[in-house]
Amino acid sequence: MLNLNIDGKDVAVASGTTVLEALRLAGLEVPTLCHDERLKPFGACRLCIVEIAGMPKPVTSCTTPATDGMVVKTNSERLYRLRKTTVELLLSDHPNDCMVCGSSGDCTLQELAYLYGIRENRFLGEVREHSRTDHNPFIIRDQNKCVMCGLCVRVCDEVQGVGAIGFSERGFEAKVIPPFGHDLDCEFCGQCVSVCPTGALAGSLWAGKPRSGGVVKTDTTCTYCGCGCNITLSSHGDKVIRIDSVADNHNRGWLCVKGRFGYEFINSNERLTTPLIRKKKGGEFEKATWDEALSFVAEKLSAIKEKHGADSVAGLCSARCTNEENYLFQKLFRVGFGTNNIDHCARY
Amino acid sequence: MNSEIVVSVCMGTGGIAAGGDMVMQAFEKEFEEAGVSNAIVKEHTRLHKVGCRGFCARDVLVDISVGGIISTYQYIQADMVNRLVKDHCIGKRPVTEWMVGDDYHNFHDSQTKIVLHDLGKIDPESIDEYIRVDGYKAAEKALTTLSPAEVIDTVKRSGLRGRGGGGFPTGVKWGFCAANESDQYYIICNADEGDPGAFMDRSVVEGNPHAVLEGMIIGAYAIGASIGYVYIRAEYPLAVERLHMAIKDANERGFLGKNLFGSDFNLKIKVKLGAGAFVCGEETALIASIEGERGMPRAKPPFPANKGLWSKPTIINNVETLANLPHILNKGAEWFAAIGSEKSKGTKVIALTGKIRNTGLIEIPMGMPLKDIIFDIGGGIEGDKLFKAVQTGGPSGGCIPQQHIDLPVHYEGLASVGSMMGSGGMVVLDETDCMVNISKFFLEFTQSESCGKCVPCRLGTKRLLEILTRITEGEGKEGDIELLQELAEDVRDSSLCGLGMSAPNPVLSTIKYFRHEYEAHIKQKKCPAKVCSKLLTFFIREDMCVGCGMCVRACSVNAITGEKKQPHKINNTLCIQCGSCFDACKFSAVLKE
Amino acid sequence: MAGLAAKFGSGAMTNSVAEIADNDALFVIGSNTTENHPIIALRMKEAVAKGAKLIVADPRKIPLVKYATLWLRHKPGTDSVLLNSIMKAILAEGLEDKTFINEQTQGYEEFVQSLDPFTPEYAEEMTGVPAKDIIEAARIFAAAENAGIYYAMGITQHVMGTNNVLAVGNLAMLTGNLGKRACGVNPLRGQNNVQGACDMGGLPNVYPGYQKVDVPAVQEKFEKAWGVPLSGKIGMPATVMTGAMLEGSLKGMYIFGENPAMSDPNTTHSVKAFESLEFLVVQDIFMTETAQLADVVLPGASFAEKEGTFTSSERRIQRVRKAINSPGQARSDLAIIDQLYKRITGQGDLEIAADPVAIFDEIAGLWAGVAGMSYGRLEKNSLQWPCLTEDHPGTEYLFKDGFNTESGKAIFSQVPYVASKELPDKEYPFVLTTGRQLFHYHTGTMTRRSSGLNKVAPEPFVEVNPADAKILGVNNGEKLTVTSRRGQIKLKAKVSKIVPPNVVFIPFHYSEAAANLLTNDAMDPVCKIMEAKVCAVKIEKR
Repeated sequence: MLNLNIDGKDVAVASGTTVLEALRLAGLEVPTLCHDERLKPFGACRLCIVEIAGMPKPVTSCTTPATDGMVVKTNSERLYRLRKTTVELLLSDHPNDCMVCGSSGDCTLQELAYLYGIRENRFLGEVREHSRTDHNPFIIRDQNKCVMCGLCVRVCDEVQGVGAIGFSERGFEAKVIPPFGHDLDCEFCGQCVSVCPTGALAGSLWAGKPRSGGVVKTDTTCTYCGCGCNITLSSHGDKVIRIDSVADNHNRGWLCVKGRFGYEFINSNERLTTPLIRKKKGGEFEKATWDEALSFVAEKLSAIKEKHGADSVAGLCSARCTNEENYLFQKLFRVGFGTNNIDHCARY
Repeated sequence: MNSEIVVSVCMGTGGIAAGGDMVMQAFEKEFEEAGVSNAIVKEHTRLHKVGCRGFCARDVLVDISVGGIISTYQYIQADMVNRLVKDHCIGKRPVTEWMVGDDYHNFHDSQTKIVLHDLGKIDPESIDEYIRVDGYKAAEKALTTLSPAEVIDTVKRSGLRGRGGGGFPTGVKWGFCAANESDQYYIICNADEGDPGAFMDRSVVEGNPHAVLEGMIIGAYAIGASIGYVYIRAEYPLAVERLHMAIKDANERGFLGKNLFGSDFNLKIKVKLGAGAFVCGEETALIASIEGERGMPRAKPPFPANKGLWSKPTIINNVETLANLPHILNKGAEWFAAIGSEKSKGTKVIALTGKIRNTGLIEIPMGMPLKDIIFDIGGGIEGDKLFKAVQTGGPSGGCIPQQHIDLPVHYEGLASVGSMMGSGGMVVLDETDCMVNISKFFLEFTQSESCGKCVPCRLGTKRLLEILTRITEGEGKEGDIELLQELAEDVRDSSLCGLGMSAPNPVLSTIKYFRHEYEAHIKQKKCPAKVCSKLLTFFIREDMCVGCGMCVRACSVNAITGEKKQPHKINNTLCIQCGSCFDACKFSAVLKE
Repeated sequence: MAGLAAKFGSGAMTNSVAEIADNDALFVIGSNTTENHPIIALRMKEAVAKGAKLIVADPRKIPLVKYATLWLRHKPGTDSVLLNSIMKAILAEGLEDKTFINEQTQGYEEFVQSLDPFTPEYAEEMTGVPAKDIIEAARIFAAAENAGIYYAMGITQHVMGTNNVLAVGNLAMLTGNLGKRACGVNPLRGQNNVQGACDMGGLPNVYPGYQKVDVPAVQEKFEKAWGVPLSGKIGMPATVMTGAMLEGSLKGMYIFGENPAMSDPNTTHSVKAFESLEFLVVQDIFMTETAQLADVVLPGASFAEKEGTFTSSERRIQRVRKAINSPGQARSDLAIIDQLYKRITGQGDLEIAADPVAIFDEIAGLWAGVAGMSYGRLEKNSLQWPCLTEDHPGTEYLFKDGFNTESGKAIFSQVPYVASKELPDKEYPFVLTTGRQLFHYHTGTMTRRSSGLNKVAPEPFVEVNPADAKILGVNNGEKLTVTSRRGQIKLKAKVSKIVPPNVVFIPFHYSEAAANLLTNDAMDPVCKIMEAKVCAVKIEKR
């Protein structure tokens, strides 16, 4: 174990811990913009800087390994000034359009601007003007809002293993783009969108949907493959408006294109909304009440069983539906009809 | 032997540019026509002339040796060769009026040459010539008689510090690296010289590539690296070509490859071309570039010595640092430590440029006062103008004013006045240089070369540049100087790598020493050095104007009017202060204020 | 699943997804993981980034190949030959885990003998994989401290699917990669709750928790719990039901949340079967191909509209929570089944809504594997079964303390080579293999109703190798007719080196060109799984 003193608190941490991790273990916090525990430290935003006794300049706590006997200060006038300047610089090249930005209320930069109370900006000057050229149906890139934290580039490379975007150009012109500035053409997993701290990357489906008022978040489990990803479903009224995943679950917040963006079927106008009965073979479906439909089904199946025996009826339960539903379904066949004719499509 | 005639023509990048190859052909032709068969026209060099003598301003320099007596000629062109051959080579009557004068000897005599010692004396494309001057003796000595720890100790005792800018003690860095447990170590030669106007590394690689390789062998042995890289700019084709040649020759002689000097030590050296990004001179960005990533710096620690290339312990040394090593091993740590000052040992190669008489590449013992460099070696300010400042350390260095002219040039000395050694650039400025404009010039460079990774550097340098620009354009506001200072300090203190940390130096040092020039721009809307055109008023002196109309033709906004052969006038409401009329007038009748 | 159950006494992923990152070697066979299990694939990529060696065995150049140390491109249907030859090579080099074999397995001698024919040279001829690559795979896999095997429908949807699974199990046993972290035999489940549907007794031979219906003591236990006499006769698997419908012995069916009229191999055949039923009830959220054949359609709820639990591939039981109300009259499936249960059995009060909490507690009372779970615990954390008591933390990996067989040992199986039922011939010269795409899911009922997904993957296609395309005179994007002995579809050609020559691939998501009209309904004799992965087709430009 390494023993550190951070802001007067003694903390013992395992070897290999960074100063940022150590100070968080001590219950302290510093602002970060480019850091994500799931990715390798990057050290670009310079907000997590701390002062370490014996080091001539502030260092980024995210990249600095903790060492035994280290004495760390997370706050001082100097650090406050440096962090504030950094935020002010970022804002000097950022469209101040929070009112119409989809990420308002869910934006690290906005939060920092608020925390540091930056109303006036000493560094106003040229702002980047990128044209928007994306035609893909999932991800909107607004590079004017990019803070160059590199989270998207890193998640695409380190986690997704795709490398669909990278840094280009230098100095003020530096930017994140797909190869040769082409339109984004990738797996559209949206991992980049999920880590973007501003509105530079957003889901196309979210545009124009409520941001906070009336939005309800429900933690649940994805309905697609067997990975069983934890998702948080945002709904407004009876409409699903967005799907996210939090970082500290077993899928670490990562989702695939289907899990993240494939939710429109839920509110599809092709959904079945009423029981339908076909009175005679070859006839058309007619709308029915639940009572009619349920009675009809119960009578028909019971009658077949009575006439042809228990094994003349069978059920297919569902690999899509819940355990409770499947349990009750097989129980229905075993108890209600006395048959073991139950299966599902595990085989295809 | 005595009857032998040796003519050495500089044929490096600079020499060729000045007409060296034509001079060389002229000698060959004249000798043939004169029937002189005992002459050797040496591509002495095909070396960078600057590398060889450092006196680039006097190219083409030619050495003629007759009977062992060497005479040096300057400014030689092809049409002068006929007389040199007839009078000097055949007639034994040197052409004294073309020979170099006292200032040439002053230029050289005040220098102490270790790294540049053999440049110009040996053919860089011949491994035998390098061996003749004790080449590879030091590597052999290290590998056959010393342990890696002893080599590290020798370098530590010599006091050698990194010549690439940081000035970190080389032996100490090696010690850190060697202390890591690893299955692989790397040594990298940083030849990614990116400072504008710097050419010391190029000159050394072009002029003595084997010395660099030998330095790498010594370093690799000390840390246990079996693979080395030379990271060199693709814009240095001659240096790259000679490096490849040197590696090939060294491999053939068994100085590289397997079982060096009969030991069980192996070393393979590869050349990796850089694409000319300034930031790739920063060691973590350089490592990223070799790994095939974008050249973006990574945070330190971990330092490359612990976790460098492919996350293995890696030593990165600059060309000049490496070229010192053979001499240290051959002559001993104590010999080296005796040169220079208390904390900065040995010599430093400097690219001396700017408003100075003798521009060129020089090597001085650490601690030589600025004054001696500028006025003795450099021969003083060109055109007898007044010295204003000297900017050292490349684009991120600071400007040092007259009051510090006695400052000793070593790491601590330069740092004490807000500048730095850097890789050894030195630009002399005179009274006609505007310090605000100079600082803007350097910021333009660092801003455009920022990799864009960290916020203070990407955006901070941009805003610094914008503020400087508005000051030079007369748009400066009260409080701008303080804002510049604050932002410059913040960028310095919170940037990720050396580029951002040092980029504000020109701003901070010029404000410190030349605040009045900033104030003049902001308050009086005047540029005291008459450089910032937006702040100037142009007018025509009637008594000097002959009415030739040259200025009228040069003016793009039709602001100048006047009858032929009558004094002309400038309409200042139309004038855009472009300065074209000033440049066009042959009678110095256009003035600016 | 039957394969694994026979060997180890339990059929599920032996290990957990998070452990994948700590594998030293991974053997992925018959799983296009990046497209079908994208998030599990992230762990595989992580393992590779950390230095693990990845062996991919797949006839198609699937995206995972990009990360592989070694890619074995075997001919479709030759999985067991490939696996056997790798094991043969492991034995030839003496790389087997002798301690594990001695202490924890049985049937070893016979198994070793059964490998005799499978020399790398023989395998090269049969599978098309170079012998040296087979030996290399053996060395990589056997040398790794922790090596895991990952597979999916690519090896199970064959007539010899059970055999393939047995061979996979043999490989793990031979190298001692069971009963510890970061290794194991790991079937990746294709749908969100296939694991749960199996666990819950949605199978003709077992009650919830894999308790066999034909074991009297089990029957007694459930009769007591449910208060009625139960049948001890094993029921029909879905694939057998098709025949029973056509033959007339099966007359009434209730299908919920499944679309067999599109997902069944040889769907023409199964559609005919459904049509011959006297009465068909389908409960779904959309008017699927199957629902269109029904007499009654009941509108169910999507996952966003109900409370319950799903069980993921790694035996992890997780909560599903209601976020919105269902549209119109649509109801949660539990409420519908509950109503029918009460009406058919005459038990319970129709006015009282079904309570998932109570049902879960009932399950926990009947199956020891989840006895320690409750909604209370699941509210905070998901849990992996077995979870035996209320303070049991759940189980990250299986068989830490031996196997669930009678002897407590894992059983080696002998796996002879069985050829696919329908191999290419003169008339039908191509092998058709089917599968999924990243952007769609199963029969497309959900994904094809999601605009973005449908925009990037709008239409069906058949992947054809450039060499075959040249012979057929087909350009990329041109319409082709693909015909098998069972059906015919028209779709665009995608000329691509992803498939080897003589093999074509069609995703089965598209109803307008349903791949399963072509596939073969030949069945594995044990598992009754159909051979969706290999059949013979002809291709014409039209």
